[in-house]
Amino acid sequence: MSKVRKLEDTVAMIPDGAVLMIGGFMGVGTPPHLIEELLRQNKRGLTVIANDTARPAVGIGRLIAAKAVRKVIASHIGTNPETQRQMIAGETEVELVPQGTLAERVRAGGFGLGGVLTPTGVGTVVEDGKQRIELDGTVYLLERALKADFALIAAKRADYLGNLEYALTARNFNPLMAMAAETVIAEAEDIVPVGVIPPDSVVTPNVLVDCLVAKEHRHG
Amino acid sequence: MDEKTLIAKRVALELRPGNLVNLGIGLPTMVAAHLPAGVNVFFQSENGIIGMAPVPEPGAENEDLSDAGGSPIGAVPGAASFDSAMSFGLIRGGHLDVTVLGGLQIDEEGRLANWMVPGKMVPGMGGAMDLVSGAKRVIVAMQHSAKGTPKIVKRCELPLTSVRRVDLIVTELAVIEPTDKGLVLREVAPGVAVADVMAQTGAELIVPPVVPTMPIGT
Repeated sequence: MSKVRKLEDTVAMIPDGAVLMIGGFMGVGTPPHLIEELLRQNKRGLTVIANDTARPAVGIGRLIAAKAVRKVIASHIGTNPETQRQMIAGETEVELVPQGTLAERVRAGGFGLGGVLTPTGVGTVVEDGKQRIELDGTVYLLERALKADFALIAAKRADYLGNLEYALTARNFNPLMAMAAETVIAEAEDIVPVGVIPPDSVVTPNVLVDCLVAKEHRHG
Repeated sequence: MDEKTLIAKRVALELRPGNLVNLGIGLPTMVAAHLPAGVNVFFQSENGIIGMAPVPEPGAENEDLSDAGGSPIGAVPGAASFDSAMSFGLIRGGHLDVTVLGGLQIDEEGRLANWMVPGKMVPGMGGAMDLVSGAKRVIVAMQHSAKGTPKIVKRCELPLTSVRRVDLIVTELAVIEPTDKGLVLREVAPGVAVADVMAQTGAELIVPPVVPTMPIGT
């Protein structure tokens, strides 16, 4: 059964104030049409969990520029002066998380774990308000799992069931986020008939994906 | 030779054949262009690849292949790509031989601050905290001072990146090794006197009886 849906109907499921995980790293591996449609439908008050906020005119940066975002949880906002401006002006709440910790918090959310223990951030401002746990002589921070209402995923290729393949560094947070949200919406560059993607090449199994939108081509 | 090239060349001498190496954005990236002959290493980019290389030729950019700054890159034959959890598993799990990062301040205990200036610049730590916590060897490549103000200081005023002691500091003036006894001056740059280094350093330096010159032609 095909999971391909109309872009506008899919994005219409996302209410104002929703918590979104959005894949991508500096815009590479961020689903462009889903971002475009969020803007067109004028969503407000979103919480965005993502690696970064790219640049003002790129990917997640466009949501920031449109003031669609209430809170950002990210590892890096340095390439987007508008995110920094909104943070300093108190317009947007920003929680900065070390990148490896962010990846693990998302992974934990999707893998049924309450959190992870990491040595990253011990003795720095990242430790503030967190529990310190010592195991076998090493000090770790307890970092809690992250979950989202929706994950917006960019894939290189999907089949109609929703099996996903990724390309090169466009993979980044996408497969992790596809595990960690209530509803998973994937935008694929290509959508191919079921059976075309060999099982060994499937990175995100179809059962995780709720809706598919096509970025460009559809075959079959 | 300009200062940054000198730093990049000296850092490159620290890399060993087969090392897995992560280079930070900016000055550290220049290290890749100065590998000594016969030293082949694998460069990791934390957005998910081992085997990053320059874009092979103009026009050969691939929209799915970029470095951690979002700029297009290439990949060597034998490269591997993976997700962000795997990428930081490599970094945190003790699989990364060397990370080369820039620095804003380093103190006498060899602790690095390189991710924010409160009230001025809050870019976020990106992967820096994981890299400094997890890499087997941490090399800081930076200019010795910022507009005349020493960056090597008694105690960092800026927020720390990690409490882990970095392994080596390479600047345009010197190579300094943080140890449990303090900062040891290991080398000076060609034409630089020990006194010059001391004058531009805001922390105590331990100066051995003989301080060799960096093994780099000028």
